[in-house]
Amino acid sequence: MGLITPDLGLIFWTGLVFLLLLFVLTKFIWKPILTSVNARAQKITDALELAEKTQAEMRALQARNENLLKEAKAERDAIVKDAKETAVKMVEDAKNAAKAEANKIVDSARVTINAEKTAAIAELKTQVAAISLEIAEKIIRGELSSDEKQKALAEKMAGDINLN
Amino acid sequence: MSLIFSVKRFFSLLAGILIFSTSFASGHSSEKEEKFNVGEMIMHHVSDAHEWHLWGGHHNSVSVYLPVILIDGGLKTFSSSHFYHGEPAVAVDHKTHEEITYMKGVGPAAGYAMHHEKIYKMQNEELSFEDGHVHGSVKPLDFSITKNVLSLFFGAVLILVILSNVMRFYRKNGSVSPRGLAKYLEVLILMVQDNIAKENIDKHKYKKYVPYLLTIFFFIFINNLLGLVPVIPGGANLTGNISVTLLLAVATLLVTLFSGNRNYWGHIFAMPGVPWPVLIILIPIELVGVFTKPFALMVRLFANMTAGHIIVLALVSIIFINQNATWGGLSVPMALFISTLELLVAFLQAFLFTMLSALFIGAAVEEAHH
Repeated sequence: MGLITPDLGLIFWTGLVFLLLLFVLTKFIWKPILTSVNARAQKITDALELAEKTQAEMRALQARNENLLKEAKAERDAIVKDAKETAVKMVEDAKNAAKAEANKIVDSARVTINAEKTAAIAELKTQVAAISLEIAEKIIRGELSSDEKQKALAEKMAGDINLN
Repeated sequence: MSLIFSVKRFFSLLAGILIFSTSFASGHSSEKEEKFNVGEMIMHHVSDAHEWHLWGGHHNSVSVYLPVILIDGGLKTFSSSHFYHGEPAVAVDHKTHEEITYMKGVGPAAGYAMHHEKIYKMQNEELSFEDGHVHGSVKPLDFSITKNVLSLFFGAVLILVILSNVMRFYRKNGSVSPRGLAKYLEVLILMVQDNIAKENIDKHKYKKYVPYLLTIFFFIFINNLLGLVPVIPGGANLTGNISVTLLLAVATLLVTLFSGNRNYWGHIFAMPGVPWPVLIILIPIELVGVFTKPFALMVRLFANMTAGHIIVLALVSIIFINQNATWGGLSVPMALFISTLELLVAFLQAFLFTMLSALFIGAAVEEAHH
């Protein structure tokens, strides 16, 4: 039957056209199309991967930020607490120092006062002695202003010595 | 969106042509009292021809006469009109004693005769028949540009035009999301690459075969669709011609055989783990298997496409058998339905041919894994 008998002419032309088509399409058409399409597919895959990676990174970053914030807060609290303590301590120290200084000043004042007093007493004593001496001199001069008086004194002194 | 639109347009065109041709032809057959031979008409339409018949009956027919190219003691080319408008001749069959008509060539075709679109060199200025076949005459090598060859050329040009358009889009725009024609064809290209080649062939080797598979897919698909277009340059039953499917099947066979590795041949000639006496039986079976696979490819495509054409033609013929245009009310919707189905078949057969080709190649390049 004609329908299932292959025809040489048609086989020849089909073969020729098919081979030409295969050659031309492979060389000039499939290559650029497939290159573009596959490059795009690769690009999309890469972009998706990158997005996923970025998301993970973002999440990590966020977690780190939170930790950092927490740490910072804790540190701030610690610092504030320290500062308060320091301030209190400083005030205390200052108070103590002031008290100590005041005591010291009072002590030294006392010492000075005592010294001055002693000095004053000593001087007073000296002056009293000097005055006494002057008085005594004056008295003695009065006593010794005449021969009789000199004689009377000498006798009196002699009488005192005899008494001893 | 525009694809749906164009499909719609295609169908309205198809319907229009069917209705047009029925009214046209019914008027024609009423003026002639000749009995309408459905089988002959259908066979004529699904077979190859040296003319492209446009419309009209025997005497007032309008055709495009295609060039005849013969190699018979040198190259001879002339128009096929020298046969169609040649000298009608009648011969009596030696066995069945039936009268058989054929056409003797005139002018440059003198000395040749045409019977059922086959060209013979006449002996003693005539053809003799035995059992309905030409007897005693040699057939010169016929490389004519027949209806199918012209359709083949047109299909090839169409493929090149469509695909170069797609190629230019990518060349111009680089790796972007596709627009226009590329949007529709990329789906098919990716289908062949990812769902056919990559799925069936080893993932390190499939790339080499993608161009072949793509070419075979688009060749079959575009020519299948072209065969469904009822007017010139469509309508030739190219992919339903055994010569074409034979060539495509042989192409796949050759690709398979030349890519076959040790493992593939090993499974044919020395099936691992089989004792040698069994191999005596197994080797012929495996060898037959090598050829039955492409043979099935050839027959499947041929039978499916030819059957589709025959069904559409038979449904349209209902009108002519009944000699009444009102039968178009039944015949046209049915033909339309089958034509729609044929659109699916056109894709399906192209897909199957490519898929099975990939499967055979995949089996040939598969590495041993025991």
